[in-house]
Amino acid sequence: MAAANTLETVELTERDRAMLAGKSGEAAAVAMRILVTMAAVYGAERLLDIEGAHIDGCLYHGDSGVDFAELLVAGGARVRVPTTLNVGGLDLLHPEEFAGTADRRAKALRLMECYEGMGCRTIWTCAPYQTTPRPAFGQQVAWAESNAIVFANSVLGARTHRYGDFIDICAAITGRAPAVGLHLEQNRRGQVVFDLRSLPRSLRSASWLLPAIGYLVGERCGNRVPVLLGLKEADEDGLKALGAAAASSGAVALFHAVGITPEAPTLEAALGDREAEEWIEIDVSDLRAGLVSLSTAPGGAEAGAGEGVDLAIDVVALGSPHFSPREFAELLPLVERHPPAGSVEFVVCTNRLSLDELERRGSLDRLRSLGVRVVVDTCVVVAPILRTPAGGVLMTNSGKFAHYAPGNVGFDVVFGSLAECVRSAHAGRLWRDAELWP
Amino acid sequence: MTGKELEGRVLVGGTGAGPVLRLEEPLSFWGGVDPVTGRIIDRRHPRCGESVAGRVLVMPYGRGSSSSSSVLLEGVRLGTAPAAVVLRELDGILALGAAVARELYEQSPPVLLLEAADWEALPEGAEVSVDVSGRLRLAG
Repeated sequence: MAAANTLETVELTERDRAMLAGKSGEAAAVAMRILVTMAAVYGAERLLDIEGAHIDGCLYHGDSGVDFAELLVAGGARVRVPTTLNVGGLDLLHPEEFAGTADRRAKALRLMECYEGMGCRTIWTCAPYQTTPRPAFGQQVAWAESNAIVFANSVLGARTHRYGDFIDICAAITGRAPAVGLHLEQNRRGQVVFDLRSLPRSLRSASWLLPAIGYLVGERCGNRVPVLLGLKEADEDGLKALGAAAASSGAVALFHAVGITPEAPTLEAALGDREAEEWIEIDVSDLRAGLVSLSTAPGGAEAGAGEGVDLAIDVVALGSPHFSPREFAELLPLVERHPPAGSVEFVVCTNRLSLDELERRGSLDRLRSLGVRVVVDTCVVVAPILRTPAGGVLMTNSGKFAHYAPGNVGFDVVFGSLAECVRSAHAGRLWRDAELWP
Repeated sequence: MTGKELEGRVLVGGTGAGPVLRLEEPLSFWGGVDPVTGRIIDRRHPRCGESVAGRVLVMPYGRGSSSSSSVLLEGVRLGTAPAAVVLRELDGILALGAAVARELYEQSPPVLLLEAADWEALPEGAEVSVDVSGRLRLAG
């Protein structure tokens, strides 16, 4: 095996070399060194230009993340391409929502300030694709945050590899990324077909089931590119929910939905005119299994099949990825009819753009007066926001919350439709619409 | 020191030595390792409760979250990181954590990639040292 991991293995432009040599400042040199190391790790022949970036490193995980950001700031870091920021560790508009220690709060805040200081746009959202401007079809970008990556690649047809903490900001500072993975046409073709056509049409067009479909796709396809065949009428909020679930249970960074997403006008186009590596038929029992694996509370999923289970609900959490104005418009009439019980903590996570829109419509005060907490800039599974002590049951319509809440914040979870979440919060106990369930 | 010598591909260079901790099942550092103690905390992992600190961590590849790079970096800061990481399949996430650690703290565990047969030849508990050119030496 070659022992080489040197600059010689990656072809660099004159400008890349100048940056390495520190001619664009010390921070750009650090960023370029890390990018070149990673390009060599991935076996990339060269770097390519990117036109935008989305940064996940602004979320506090420990002091070393702050040390890294401070190193870049001290080295004069400025982003060279339009760059947006993912959620941070606290709600800057409502700092009283933070339930952690003063020390953690101060560090989470300092980290957010560092990234702001580098010239990033402070949209603080995991759904940057629902703000403007957003990447165009075919545009090369460097995005971090798994659900944002899968949406950018699949729904927008932009091109990003699966990036994470640290390399995201290195790409933004240099305007460059390793020419690997999903940046390249030949790696974007579908590999595994998930054939949904045997499901009844009513199930294929039920938007609340899309996270369950995404979840089982992620479980079964790992890091390959899935093709969904037979999906009906999914709007952007539905595709966002599907992708976020698939990127939680698996390492899905791109999916094709035939007839819906831009690189999949036909099955043949989605597969790049090649044979599928694997063909998986999804029937009603698979879908049911997907729903079961989304819930961890005892009896929480089976109750959907009509068996009566009496289960107390402590928290309803919505908005992973961040709630859109359209999702709020769907929520408001439901909670007006069935407001949450006083015993239930009802939280919706969103971004400032949606919040402004809610205020313009006059819906924000209405929601709050009905007992709905609206949290911006952050989210309940990455920051200490929930007031309810861990150990209870959290209900959600989000596949991503359902996946991460047990490990990250210590709640058992129940997955359900938006209407089921609202009715359960109203009753303080699990409420199922048996009509809905497959 | 007598014993076997193996050569790996250097993903991130460095030196390190310690007893092998051999994981047959991949491990996500994020949600899987507590950087404060170095212990494996993923309750579904068969080696849950053991420590990666100071060990030559032999595992097939990393699993899961891209925030694993943050957890490895935090482990380097706190002195709980493995002495070296030896992989069988390419994994960019741990290499990234190590590359950033080298920039930030001027130290990091080396991350190496080994051919499958060589990777199999590293038994649990064996004393192994790694040099900057990617050579592994097993104590005889």
